[in-house]
Order: sequence, then structure tokens, then C-alpha cells
Amino acid sequence: MDASLPLLVAVPLLGAALLVAGGRLVPRPVAETVGCAVSAGTAALALVLLLNSSPPFLEWSGGWTPVQGQSVGIVLIGDGPGLGMAALASLLTLASLAYSWHYFDEPPSGHAGSFPALLLLFQGGMCGFAIAGDLFNAFVWFELMSVVAYALTGHRVEEARAVQGALTFAVVTSLGAYALLMGIGLLYARTGELGMHAIGRGLDAHGCPDALVLAAFVLVMTALLVKSAAVPFHFWLPDAHAVAPTPVCMLLSGVMVELGTFGVWRVYGTVFSGPGGVPAPEFERALVTLGALTAVIGAVMCWYQRHIKRLLAYSTVAHTGLFLIGIGVLKPEADDGIALYVLGHAGVKAALFACTGILLDRYGSVDEHALHGRARELKGVAVLFVLGALGLAGLPPFGTALGKSVTEEAVGGPLTVLYVAASAVTAAAVLRVAARVFGGLGPRPETGSGYETTGSGERPETRHRLSRIPDTMTAVPAVLLAGAVAVGVAPGFAKVVARAVNETGSAGVFTSVHWTPAGVLLGLVSTLLAGVLALLAVARPKAFAAPDRALWLRRLQSGHVGDYVAWVLVGTTVLGALTLPGMLGG
Amino acid sequence: MMDVFPYLVAGWVFLTGCYGLATSRNLIHAVGCLSVCQAGTYVLLLAVGYRDGATAPVFSDLKPGSRPVVDPVVQALTLTDVVVGATVTALLLALVVQISKRHGTVDPDELSELRG
Repeated sequence: MDASLPLLVAVPLLGAALLVAGGRLVPRPVAETVGCAVSAGTAALALVLLLNSSPPFLEWSGGWTPVQGQSVGIVLIGDGPGLGMAALASLLTLASLAYSWHYFDEPPSGHAGSFPALLLLFQGGMCGFAIAGDLFNAFVWFELMSVVAYALTGHRVEEARAVQGALTFAVVTSLGAYALLMGIGLLYARTGELGMHAIGRGLDAHGCPDALVLAAFVLVMTALLVKSAAVPFHFWLPDAHAVAPTPVCMLLSGVMVELGTFGVWRVYGTVFSGPGGVPAPEFERALVTLGALTAVIGAVMCWYQRHIKRLLAYSTVAHTGLFLIGIGVLKPEADDGIALYVLGHAGVKAALFACTGILLDRYGSVDEHALHGRARELKGVAVLFVLGALGLAGLPPFGTALGKSVTEEAVGGPLTVLYVAASAVTAAAVLRVAARVFGGLGPRPETGSGYETTGSGERPETRHRLSRIPDTMTAVPAVLLAGAVAVGVAPGFAKVVARAVNETGSAGVFTSVHWTPAGVLLGLVSTLLAGVLALLAVARPKAFAAPDRALWLRRLQSGHVGDYVAWVLVGTTVLGALTLPGMLGG
Repeated sequence: MMDVFPYLVAGWVFLTGCYGLATSRNLIHAVGCLSVCQAGTYVLLLAVGYRDGATAPVFSDLKPGSRPVVDPVVQALTLTDVVVGATVTALLLALVVQISKRHGTVDPDELSELRG
């Protein structure tokens, strides 16, 4: 069983190579079938491994086992959280391949295999990152999934916006990756090890943390926070999500960003959590501060968007903030809650992007104002979109609601208010879109544009504008939403997730996870709040539009790659400043 | 002093690249600056593996254990890093070519399609 762990990476990579080599020779349906089959096979393998991952196991690939405690081999971790993320990434890849089935238009005509091949490479990179047990390979997988993501974001190379968004994404994330490598170099200099557990032991053996440990921590976290789009590292995300093809958005928002958060959890837990690492209060302060800032800015900017994909992208930013807070408080219950929240969020967010893709392909626009009332005919899509919004708000019995309520109880106090507020505002923005676009409610908003990306005049991704919605494009969001509900209601599922997370995360402290009256109530409150806000915004557009004094917030999102790089440096400095006080005392 | 020197150089090269990226007026120059950042990581990795009086870890004409060698692991890491960097640079330059075609400019100040 253990020996099949590397196949999670090898199978998608081989599938991609096969598609690149033979894609020209076969018709499109064949290439897409191969893509789906490979990605489904990997998903099945990930699920089988996941079911057998208790107790967690290690795999030294190629038989390079440690000699006298020293190792230079590639180590893979087969535990619940890692395999769970790999399974999630694989299932979402399958969903986006199914969504783009035969309808997605690809510029390099004559090469039917290129798009499925890129998606499979992306899947391989994400699976590799999820199960990586040593930091250097985590860096390599980080780069592989990032490079493929740049290529996928800029897949429609004929579009001015697509190439600009892909370039900013690429520069910012690559810079983060090089910071990660510098951090790895420093850790190797101190401990002579690359395996995460081995580095952790090496740091502890060295004694109290010093400037080198702090520098390494800040550099490694910079990369992971860039990937998970924490403020102020987040600027690339809305630009990339606004321009990426819809199936790619589903993957970027649904799982890639969350993998960054997962990386933060994994690296802190295995490398820096010991006495030689970063003390828990410093980590908590840094992550909760950045997480709260991320949640607030993400929610506010989400509310001010009219480009539907950008709106959804900012809602991802807001939710990442909530995930980071949950990880930052370092409580086993919060870890369980976040695991469930990530699963539910992936289904809901991917479904919302899928519905937005239908709008784009049918009307050639994703501008909330220009689409006012035009999608009245799409009753089924409207239902899915509204359900997605309710899932985002955390309406029981969605998995998001269960995860959110468990986390809320663990974090407690004012942070609970932040959870309710951030999820309510982002969901209200989505409901507002639904009411205007699918319901035609309220006065028609002005379509003139100020300092913003409007989303009108986008080119559909299908060859022609769709006159009839293909079944695959509606079935995929429906299945994803069903999955998000199943996370919340499937009997025993939450317990299994909690057990798997605790087995690696909290060293044997097992917690029980279940619906509580308070949690259900808070979920209902945020849903109600979202509904009220959305109705008010639709009825009184002027009162709830972005005021002039909020313009500075929009101006920060300038689309200028130099600005974003400067923000990354600011973020790194802030992270260092937040972590520094306890390290001096130690 | 000489012990710390390579690390200072690595940090300086990295930050120089970052400064260039933040102030760049030309995307090709920006891609070059990113490579400069990456060069900082090469310097750091090689500095980590350096040993005084050691030779290259090539054992074809060297009896293992007869004399000290520098750490081969970081050299392997650097080599992998070079490969990764080549991929990223190639992809970025391809994107810059497309930006030049679609926007008619490679000055990041003049790209205004995405904002707000």
C-alpha cells in the first residue's frame, strides 16, 4: 500500500506526457476521455490511500531509507490531511475536466491534448505538494503547480487581460518561491536536513531560536502566504482569477489557494512548533493578525466588485483569512473545523465559478451591472447560484456551516463575530449578483465604469456563444454543491475528518466534531444577515455602492506588478515584526 | 567576517532583484530582475555547502574519505533550482511577448486592464 504513494504524482504526470505526445493524432473526445480517466484514476487512488492512512505512514521513494538517522532521499507523507488535500485536488480536477468537456475553446487548434495535459500536470503538482515530506520537494512541487497555474491562467493568450493577469501572478508567486528556497537553505545550514520532521528535531536539538530561525520562518511563510493569498500578499489573486478560464478558476480558488494554507499548517506543525522553533504565541499573533486583516479586506473588496469572477476571487481571499485564523489559534478543534470548512468551501466556490462560466459563455459578459435581468431564462442555473451563495454564508446543513461553527466555537470571542461578518458579507455580494442578474430585481445600475475592471466585453470560452447550456456545465456545479452538503450531513464523515487531522496535527488529542445548537444558530444568523444585506443593496444601490472614501482601497489593487512586489516585501517585514518580540525574549 | 560575507552577498543580491522588480519600467527588465533574485538563492545554497580546503564532490579520481569535499546536496538543490528558474523565465518571457502584442507596450505603468 505504502509503495503506491508516489503514483499519486507519477500517474498524472505520465498521463500529461501521453496527452502532449499523442494529442495531435487523436480527436478531441479521445484526448478528453484520457484526461478524465487519468484524473479519475488518481482520485480513486488518493481515496483508497486515504482510507488506509490510519496510522499515517512514510514512504522513502526509491528505497532511500535513512542511514543512522541521516537521510538524503525523497520522503512522502501518507497521512489524513495530506492525502485528503490530494484527493480534493484530484476530484476538483476531474470536475473541471468534466465541466470543460468538449465545450471549452482552445486556441492552439489541432492539439486536442494540450488543455487536459496542463490540467493533469497541475493535478500532479498539487498532489505532490500535499504529500511532500521534505521541504525541498515541497518547493519543487510548489513551483510545478505554480508554473502550470501561470500557463493555465494565460491559456487564452490572445486576450490582453489574460496575459497581464498571468504575468503578475507569475512574478509575485515566483518571488515567493525564491524566498521559500532561501528559507530552506538557511534551515539546511542549521540542521543539515531537508525532511520536515528531521529539520524540526534538528532545530530543537540546537536549543533556543535565534535570528536564523526567525529569518527562515519568515522566508518560508512568505511563500506559503503568497500562495494562500493573505493580505498583503494577495494582490495577484483577483487579477489571476478574473482572467483565468472558468475551469481553471474552479481549481485555483477551490484547492490551490487552500494548499498554501495547508502548507502553513504542515510546515509550522512539523518544523517550527518545537522548543527550537517559533514560540506558539508569536505564531498565533502573526497568523491571527494577518488572517483578520485578510478577512476584512477580502470581504470589503468583494462587496465592491461588479466583475463577478473578481467578486468570487475576493470572497476566496476573505475565506482564506478565516482559514488562517483557524490554523493560527493552534487548537485541535479549530484544525478540524478548518478541514471541514476547506472541503465545503471547495465545493461551493467551484460551483459558483462554474455557474459564472455559464453566464460568460452565454452572454459574453461577467459584469453584474450589464447583465442586469438578462439571465432570467436560466432558472436552473439561478437555483444553483443561490444555493452556492447560501453555502458560502454557512447555511446549515452545508459543510461550510459545520466547519465554520466548529471553528467559531474553538476561536471564541470577537473572532466569532469576524467569522459571521466575513461570511455574511461575501455571501451577500453573491446573493446581490443573483438577485440582479437572474432576478432582474431593483433599479438597473449604471454601467459606466470608474476605477475598476467591469467584466463586460469578455470573450466567451466556447467557440460560439451558447444557445443551449450543455448538460455537463450544469451537472458539475450541482454535483459539487451536493458534495458540499454531504460534507455537512454524511453521518460519521466529520468524525473521520477530525480523527485524521488530529492524528497528525495534535499528537493524539482527539476531539469530537458535531453540529451544536449555537453553531446552527450562528450559521442561520450569517445567512439571514447576508439575505438582508443583499436585498438592501438591490433596493438602494446608491446607498450601498462604494463610497469615494473607499477609493484608496481600490487604488491599492493597481494591476501593477511592481506595486505587488513592494507589497510582498512589506508583508514579509510585517510578518517578521509580528514574530520578533517573543524571539528576542527567548 | 569572511564566514558571514557570502550570506550578506546572497541577501544583497536578492534584495537588489526585488528593488529592480518594484521599480521596473520594462517587463523584460522585470523578468531579468526575477532571475537576479534567484541568483541570490544560488549564492546562499553554495555558501551553505562550502568547506575550507575542500574539493568538488566527484569521486571518479578521488578515494572516498581521503580528503574533505563540499556538500553535494546543496549543489544538487542548486542544479534543480537552475532548471526550475529556466522554466519560469521562459514562460515569463513568452507572456511578455504576448503582452507586447496585445497591449502594444511592455511598460507595466501602461497596463491598465486590471484594477480595482
